[in-house]
Amino acid sequence: MKNKNPLNRRGGLIQRLALAPYTLWAVLFIVVPLFFVGYYAFTDGQFHFTTKNITDIFTTTSRIKDGDGFKEIHTYLVIFGRSLKLAVISTAICLLLGYPFAYIIARSSARTQSILITIIMIPMWMNFLIRTYAWMTILQDTGLLLNGLRLLGLNMDNVHITGTETAVVIGMVYDYFPYMILPIYSIMAKMDIKLLEAASDLGCNGFGVLRRVIFPLSLPGVISGVIMVLIPSISTFYISKMLGNGLTTMIGDVIESQYQTNPHFSSALAFILMVVLLVAMALMQRYANKRAAA
Amino acid sequence: MKRASKIYTVLIMLFLFAPIAILILFSFNGQNSKTVLDGFSFHWYEELFVDTVTLEAVRNTLILAVIAALVSTVMGTAAAVGIFRLRSKYLRAALDTVTNVPMINPDIITGISLMLMFAFVGRLMGLANSLSFWTMLIAHITFCLPYVILQVLPKLQQMDKSLPEAAMDLGCTPLRTFFKVEVPELLPGILTGLIMAFTLSLDDFVISYFTKGNDFETLPIRIYNMTKKPVTPKMYALATIIFFVILALLTLSNLIDSDTDKAIKEAKKAKKAKKAKKRNTVKEAKT
Repeated sequence: MKNKNPLNRRGGLIQRLALAPYTLWAVLFIVVPLFFVGYYAFTDGQFHFTTKNITDIFTTTSRIKDGDGFKEIHTYLVIFGRSLKLAVISTAICLLLGYPFAYIIARSSARTQSILITIIMIPMWMNFLIRTYAWMTILQDTGLLLNGLRLLGLNMDNVHITGTETAVVIGMVYDYFPYMILPIYSIMAKMDIKLLEAASDLGCNGFGVLRRVIFPLSLPGVISGVIMVLIPSISTFYISKMLGNGLTTMIGDVIESQYQTNPHFSSALAFILMVVLLVAMALMQRYANKRAAA
Repeated sequence: MKRASKIYTVLIMLFLFAPIAILILFSFNGQNSKTVLDGFSFHWYEELFVDTVTLEAVRNTLILAVIAALVSTVMGTAAAVGIFRLRSKYLRAALDTVTNVPMINPDIITGISLMLMFAFVGRLMGLANSLSFWTMLIAHITFCLPYVILQVLPKLQQMDKSLPEAAMDLGCTPLRTFFKVEVPELLPGILTGLIMAFTLSLDDFVISYFTKGNDFETLPIRIYNMTKKPVTPKMYALATIIFFVILALLTLSNLIDSDTDKAIKEAKKAKKAKKAKKRNTVKEAKT
């Protein structure tokens, strides 16, 4: 019936014309570039097929000082592990700090809600380079924090914060914190308050309401918040460089430092990172579906 | 409980704004120090306003963001209309997946993938420099497009389908119908998409970093280059200005929002009152 109307058919032509530029653009600049990552990852400098870039990631070792002696470590596996560890820790801290805060915002009056959300968005709109640099001012060896403690008469000469994984985690939590709050808040703001009241009327205590009603309902927000924090933290290269003083190399740092001299190896790292993230997201989605079904 | 939430809110605000407050404070520092405050001066602001490289970076950023936002809004709106009317389920799923890629992929991978392609094509064409203003513009349009599409699509779903049909029944051509009937209905979504694309382009560092040419520096890249060397409080002055510009813009948009909210509420009230009046008059006529 739809196609019998000549007007609709003409609309069909226009529809195809409207979609054509974007389809072309998406193929050229979204799909094809991804194939280039794979192409570079599996070729050498002369563009001959090789799996060396990938196997190098798993086999390259280096010697690091370990107490008095030396020990062999798998260079890139250690870096991958560190990226994953720091990103997971930062995401967990963001979630622990952000979840109660999102709840507080969602439960306040409409006017307070819009004010608090605007306030949270201000640091988000400042460039993350500036935000990270601000923390460097505070945390570095002659920075405000350690100098302040020195004024109190404490000996801080052997204390370093920048150059440690703690500093990198602080930077990541600060930079990506709003990305955790916003999706959780937007789900919680839509939650039906009668459900919570019904639960407590039926004898659920405060923690029970949280565990059995609020958390399951807010799960989609939690998952998008986790994804929005985890992905930029695992792939960052600026934060670890500035706050880690080059001592906490992350996967993004290696990709960034080699992309001009050895784009093939950089691509192999990017390729593996993409695969790891795809698997992680698929697992998270499965967990969410299971919870939703249960 | 109430008190505990208040304390918690204050602590979070301290965490979010203490670093920014420190930047602002030290931007007025009399001497070149980031740890000791010594006197109050506008010295670093004066230096900022004669720094032609930074000023040019600001200009470049704005030019790039305006072009990227306009192009991605036009292309993205057309794409949303096309996607919405798409009858093939598979094509729709494929396009949705592709549209999600730049939003889900880490910026570093989006940046590197585009850079690899540009470098490869540049080599094929025998160019000495494969990266330029144009490659950066292409990259910015690419990562802005999904956000525009995602803003416009829901507005299409909310739109009353009989409106464009009525216009065409009354003799409007499809194109005229689109501009006279659909665009005004979609306008809030299109505008939000435009603003989002503009701010995303302004703020982007990672993707720009991988696709930039040597002759075109944007503000985030300028800031990156500044922080590679020991920084003077000049950068803090820059950060302070950025902070107050954002504050002003957000406050303004908040005011406009609450104004339109009020206007909508009042319009609804007026409508209800009118309806009630009509009902009353009908009733009266019947009796």
